[in-house]
This record gives sequence, C-alpha cells and structure tokens, in this order.
Amino acid sequence: MNTLTAAERVAVARHPQRPNITDYINGLFTDFFEQRGDRFSREDPAILGGVALYHDRPVTVIGTRKGKTGEESIRCNFGMPSPEGYRKALRLMQQAEKFHRPVITFIDTSGAYPGLEAEAKGQGEAIARNLFEMSRLTVPVISIITGEGNSGGALALAVADRVLMLENAVYAILSPEGFASILWRDAARHEEACGLMKLTAPDLMNLGVIDGVIPEPEGGAHTNPVQALREVDRALNRHLTALLKSSDLPAARYRKFRKLGVPGKEEA
Amino acid sequence: MNTIFAKRRNRLLAMKAIRDNYMSGEKQITCPKCGQESQRKTVSEALSVCPNCGYHWPMGAYHRLSSILDSGSFRELNARLTAADPLAFPGYRAKLTAAQKKTGLNEAVVTAVGAIGGRKCVTAVMDSRFFMGSMSAAVGEKITRAIEFAAKTKLPLIIFSASGGARMQEGILSLMQMAKTSAALAKFSEKGLLYISVLTDPTTGGVTASFASLGDVILAEPGALIGFAGPRVIQQTIGETLPEGFQRAEYQEEHGFVDAVVPRGELRETLSRLLCLHEKGGRV
Repeated sequence: MNTLTAAERVAVARHPQRPNITDYINGLFTDFFEQRGDRFSREDPAILGGVALYHDRPVTVIGTRKGKTGEESIRCNFGMPSPEGYRKALRLMQQAEKFHRPVITFIDTSGAYPGLEAEAKGQGEAIARNLFEMSRLTVPVISIITGEGNSGGALALAVADRVLMLENAVYAILSPEGFASILWRDAARHEEACGLMKLTAPDLMNLGVIDGVIPEPEGGAHTNPVQALREVDRALNRHLTALLKSSDLPAARYRKFRKLGVPGKEEA
Repeated sequence: MNTIFAKRRNRLLAMKAIRDNYMSGEKQITCPKCGQESQRKTVSEALSVCPNCGYHWPMGAYHRLSSILDSGSFRELNARLTAADPLAFPGYRAKLTAAQKKTGLNEAVVTAVGAIGGRKCVTAVMDSRFFMGSMSAAVGEKITRAIEFAAKTKLPLIIFSASGGARMQEGILSLMQMAKTSAALAKFSEKGLLYISVLTDPTTGGVTASFASLGDVILAEPGALIGFAGPRVIQQTIGETLPEGFQRAEYQEEHGFVDAVVPRGELRETLSRLLCLHEKGGRV
C-alpha cells in the first residue's frame, strides 16, 4: 500500500536516479534508430525519438529527455522542450501514421521551455498543432507519464488512446511551485499546493484523466529499476495488444477527451 | 416574421454591451499608454480605442459582439452553462459567484450564432474580466459545443481569444480543455469549414497553445500580448529584461504566427470580407 503524500510523490517523481527515456528505450525496445531534427531549423535534444521494435513489432517511440549527469542535463535543457522538439515529435508521429506503426510516448518534463527563442519560434503554435494532429492519428497511441508531466508541454505528447502513469508519477497543469506562485504569489507554499492540485496517479484515475496506474517497487522506481521496467512492459504490452484489435481509434479518442471536464449547472 | 424577436435580441445585446462599459462613479478614463484622459462614453463609442494614441483597451464580450454582428442577428448559445468545482478547491465557488456578480457574465466566454454582413457564423468571445479569461472546464465545454455546432450547421467559426491561461482552481481539467477544443477543431477542419482566430489582449498560456493558434486565418489586434509563457515567467527563467515589443501582435506577425494585425475599427469589415472570400466561388 502506497502511503506517500502528494508532496512526497513529487519528490520521488523528480528523483535524479529514476529511470528515464534512455533506460526505457534500452530496456524495453530493440533495434532503436534515433531520428533527429524537425526538418525546419534545429534538433532539440530535450525530446528523443525514433523507430524501434517492441516485442518484434515496429513502433515509433518518443519521449522527453532529462539528463542524468550535469552535462547531459544542460544539453537536454533539463527536459524542457522547445518548439523544434514538438515539431520533431509530430514529424515522427506522422511518419508512424504513414507506416502504420503504433506510437508510444514517455513523458517526464517540468514543462515546455519558457524562453525568448522558444516564444519566437512559436511554442504555443507547436503545442497546439500536436494536440490537433494527435487527436486524429489512426494508429494506436499510448502515453506513459513516468516522472512529472507538467503543462501543455506534457499534454503535447499525451493525446493518446491510453494515458498511463507510474504509481509515483505526477501530472498537472504546472509545477506545484508555479501553481503556488500564480495563485498565492508565494512559491514556498508548494507543498500546500500539492495537496490541492489532484496530481497523483490515484487522483487522476478518479477524475478519469488517465486510464491506468503502473505499480512501482516499494520506495519508488529508482530503488529497483529492473522491476519498474518489468511493470511498465507488462502494462504497455497489455494495452497495445488490446488497441491493435480495436477499430476507429480516432473516434474513441475523441470521445475520451470530449467528456473531460463536466460542466456545472445549466440552470441559472 | 422574425423581426419582433430580432429587435428584442438586439435590444438585449445593446443593454449588455452598455453594461460591459459601466463603472460606477467613473466618467473619465485614463489611457495606460499615452496617459490622456478621455470621457468613458467617448471611448466606449470608439470601440474602447484611445482617441489620442490608438491604444486598444480589453473589450467586454457583449460589447464586442454588438460591434461585430449585424444588428438583431445575435442569438446566444449555452448561456447558462457555468463552472463546476471539479477539484472541490477551497474558496473557488465563492470566487466564482463574486465574479459572476461583478461582471454579469456566467463564464469567461460568450458563444453565439449571428451574422456579419448578412453571412451567418458561429462566434465565441472570451472576456478577460472574468477570472482573467482563464480556461475552466466550462469555457472549454462552451467553446467545444460552439465548434461542434458550427460543424453540424456547416457555418464558419470565429473565436476572439483573451486569456491569462489556465484556471488554476480546476487544475488538470483545465489542461484537458486544450486537448478537447483542439480535437474538436480537427474534426471541424476536416469538413472543409473556415475558422478565423482573432487574438486580443492578452492571449497567453493554454489558449495560445490550443484553439487560438489553430485558425485557418489568424488576426490580431494592435499591441495585443500574445504568447505561451507569460513575460514574468520568461524574465525569471532567462534573468534578463525582455526586448521592447516582445510578444506583441506586431512581433507575432513578424515571426510568422499572425496573418494580419487589424485595428479594431476595421475588424468587422475584415471579417466580412474573409467570410465572403471563403464562400462557394468566393464571389461578392
């Protein structure tokens, strides 16, 4: 039984030794071929993607990349993608559509990068375009939130048929620090924010925002990465097998997101 | 045969438009850009544009609708749809009630069917006075319903955005509205229908990163702040002052994200022309 508070889960979700996209690709996929660049202007290392085999089936795998070493973290901009990263991800997803490959995304980001360059290149447009295009992919799309999934920067890779979360992962409108800063002008109240935001996997399961919770080893995924990966594999395989048998995925995906956010009373 | 109702609707919209400009005790208004004092009434009649420097004040939703739509054509959609409190967030309900009382609005967006230059269209107008135009599930729902209605009736769609971003008190469900509205627009677009997005001051956060950026044609009002991350966040991140004019409408036009910056006084005419150009054959 997981007894961690929301704030403790945020800490586990951000643990530097938590399995990251590279660990998942190495552990769950074979023959990974990385595809770089958005074909317009730049390669954004904050998103890693390419084609690989998953249980002998070709798939497109894409994920946000936080580095594990200081040097790698700087190169990947601490997992905060720029518009070029989202456009690369879209390019790979549309290629998956062309070659009838399922799309699997791994999400661990504190959000889309809020910088001058990113704004100049259209961060908002890049995210919006991904939401628009992902909603109508006809191939199966599975998203797994492995660490933190914050803001439109996470959602831009998560308009999926199945959105899964690791047990201690968190998924939210923005970081608890940002939330506290906007609402109370006091980032120091982030622990209090965690308690209110409904950002844990069980909370989001209750709200119908996600479709499954993947168990983690006692103490968190970083304490036993092998077991954590085994659980991810089990869930991924099960959901992918089911989706490959379904027809008209875009219609079902539309219904799934359409019902999120129940309106209040309609009588004044 | 519809004239009595048309007149009544017109009167109702006119009254709501007047209310949008009402502020008790204040007959004068000072332009934040040039500092000139003007009569509130004069400014209101000039579509809330400063007579001296052309600064565009944020505009109330009904005032906007009355300035854009043909008189008597306005019919509101889902007027009574209001926010729920999905996360049971402390104090949220009270704040909602206060905002409703203060603005006379039910939510941060008004959706309607109307006509511009005799051409029918569906419009959604956001109002930044209500919770800074933030995206609640009800805002997302009203916009999605407007998109679906336009798709069903094969009408062009015009959305006026004005938003500070997410509705914090609705957390993740606010985020999900980005996916919901964008997916609805994808279906709408597949029918070959026209969507014009008009960006007004301010258009930021989740609204920029969803429906506001997805127009077939994107227009913006002069000087409007348009961006994903807000200036304060960017400044904190990079630790330098931001360049003059950064994220303004003119900057977005220069960077390729806006088709045209259109002064408010020319918006109705521009929209009318665009609707005409997209009609079958594009003839006047």
